[in-house]
Amino acid sequence: MEILVFLIPISLFLGGLGLWAFFWALKTNQFQDPQGDAERILMPDYDDQPKS
Amino acid sequence: MAFAEISDGRMTQQGGGVPDVVETYILSLPDIHCAGCISKIEKVIAKEPEVISVRVNLTLKRVTVHTGRGVTADHLIKTIGNLGYKARELDAGYLSDEASKARDKGLLMRLAVAGFAAMNVMLLSVAVWSGATDATRDMMHWVSAAIALPAIAFAAQPFFNNAYGALAVRRLNMDVPISLAIVLAGAMSLYETSQGGTHAYFDAALSLTFFLLAGRYLDHRTRASARSAAQELTALEVARATKITDGKKETVPLDSLMLGDTILVNPGGRIPVDGVIQSGDSEVDRAFLTGESAPVYAGPKSRVHAGEINLTGPLTIEVSAVARDSALQQLAELVAVAENARTKYTSLADRAAAVYAPGVHILAALALVGWLLISGDLRLSVNIAIAVLIITCPCALGLAVPAVTTAASGRLFRRGVLLKSGTALERLAEIDTVVFDKTGTLTLGELIIDGLENCRPADIALAAALGTGSNHPMARALVDAADGLHLVLPKVGDIKEHPGFGIAGRLENQDIRLGRALWVKGTQSDSSATFLKRGDEPAVCFKFTDKIRPGAVEVVRDLNSHGIHIKLLSGDTQHAVAQLAREVGIEDFTAEISPKQKAGEIANLQSDGCKVLMVGDGLNDTAALRVAHVSMSPASAIDAARVASDIVLLGRNLTALGECLRTAKSARRRIKENFTFAALYNLVAVPIALAGFATPLIAALAMSASSITVTLNAWRVRL
Repeated sequence: MEILVFLIPISLFLGGLGLWAFFWALKTNQFQDPQGDAERILMPDYDDQPKS
Repeated sequence: MAFAEISDGRMTQQGGGVPDVVETYILSLPDIHCAGCISKIEKVIAKEPEVISVRVNLTLKRVTVHTGRGVTADHLIKTIGNLGYKARELDAGYLSDEASKARDKGLLMRLAVAGFAAMNVMLLSVAVWSGATDATRDMMHWVSAAIALPAIAFAAQPFFNNAYGALAVRRLNMDVPISLAIVLAGAMSLYETSQGGTHAYFDAALSLTFFLLAGRYLDHRTRASARSAAQELTALEVARATKITDGKKETVPLDSLMLGDTILVNPGGRIPVDGVIQSGDSEVDRAFLTGESAPVYAGPKSRVHAGEINLTGPLTIEVSAVARDSALQQLAELVAVAENARTKYTSLADRAAAVYAPGVHILAALALVGWLLISGDLRLSVNIAIAVLIITCPCALGLAVPAVTTAASGRLFRRGVLLKSGTALERLAEIDTVVFDKTGTLTLGELIIDGLENCRPADIALAAALGTGSNHPMARALVDAADGLHLVLPKVGDIKEHPGFGIAGRLENQDIRLGRALWVKGTQSDSSATFLKRGDEPAVCFKFTDKIRPGAVEVVRDLNSHGIHIKLLSGDTQHAVAQLAREVGIEDFTAEISPKQKAGEIANLQSDGCKVLMVGDGLNDTAALRVAHVSMSPASAIDAARVASDIVLLGRNLTALGECLRTAKSARRRIKENFTFAALYNLVAVPIALAGFATPLIAALAMSASSITVTLNAWRVRL
């Protein structure tokens, strides 16, 4: 059962990483224009200010 | 400041200092749909001088342009128009709803934290449920506590705040038992953990928080999306006026107009303030203010009011009352006096909470006292009382209403119905009387020729030839009629519009006139008619009537078949109202009624015990809309009416009303079913808890199962 000493922190760390990623996405307005972002990736010209 | 605002857009001026943003324009682009559209529009706008940044949002179908000095919205609209896209300016002031967005994000973050913590603690609990003992169990509990307590402290704040707010004014709401259960479960579990006890309810406290936050978030989203759509409607009318100072024209915001200023209103424009005409002759459409469908003559010295539409000639108007205290404001006072029926309405959720919250507390207290008497063991008694509190906690109740409202408003939105108020559906399900306004509601406010079959085609063709260039609704009706009959229009020369009177022209050396009775043949007569005179021949009369809104007849039939009483209240003339009532099949109607009488009529109906749905679009309906149990307005309605109503119909068609009623009824049924489900779960789980057999596993199962049942049941509304 000593393995728990590693497993619990590791699983918590991974979960926390997911939470942090979600917060980051929320804070940087990744959900403001989902349709537009899906289309913009197909544009041939370079988008130098990708955040919206 | 300037940099923060533009850093999210596409930069067009590289290097050097960042120019200051002077103006921000938001344009609505209803037609854009692909990467090509985005790219074309952004490139063309970015090339314009003085444009600092431009960004298209495809999801909202909008473009935001930050510019320096000297760029007008009209210019941007024209530039985009040259690419073949329609663009309309939105009032940026109405759209910057930062507070709501921040709340939205905050709630989502709390939901994410609660979900993350609940999942982790649930996994740790699985180890305990499957038989971990002694040191292992204690460790699992401590790790759970370390995750759960901070997570609860952050995520459950909205409930704590609401509960505190209610308790501060000595009232009970749903958030009081919720907060109590969460706090007590956390505290008791921490104590048990420190004593090496067997039961810890960290998982229950967290999943409770998670499910309830999910309900809260759904509720918030529904309201936010309805509000943003409503704001977009409002923002379509940009408050600007053309001011004339020493012969120079200048576009200014409406707020900056002062008494005595002179403004210019072009044909087709809405008069922005109350005033007196200085020069110009025209006709004005007063349908929004009074419900009259026929245009009224306006010349020098005539008074005009905000909200009227100028039809034929340009008018210069001296401002006699600014926007804030115009005729609009006088009606607003009437509205303020009108008692708002909605404030008296208690929602189903609140009614359930009023019974539920005290019940739960009494039950938990009884369990505590009962077990204390039987066993004399305080720790055991507190444990059982808290188990009761957790199991009865209105997790499913918290989801029961928002889940149904979200599903129902999503379904209605796809059919072009916008719900502005959270309880609108519940109230709509109760109605037994529908009161309609006439002009603009049952009709479109567009004229058509009455008795077209009795007119000579040659007369129509000639009248249409004269009216081709005019903005006047009667002239347009004549042109449409000629188009419909595929008539070849004669070539009329020397066409000249005499604003406020009619149109004159020449054909084969004969003078032709189309217009008001007084002007054409020298005698006064009914104003909802226009006359055509050819040389010395006797004048020909065209009578007009308002075009019936598509779906009006079907809706009246539909409502009748459901046994709902229908009434028509209009400010228009007796003759016009009677004719429309006959055509759509309404028996009960009243004409020439003032706005005050309208509201009074509805108040009377309601004091007789009727639940009234008011459907109206004009300023004269606003007070009535407020008084009614539920109110609805078409998207073409004036701002004040849309603000006063709970439901906005986005399309031109009225049949959505019947659909709306059916959805409301089924939503109400689902909400009640959900309450029943939640109660049933309690009926099974509470005796177990009271008997002292409740374990954290049973609590977790009961809570998740009831929440999922309720959510699935709610989704049936979408079908």
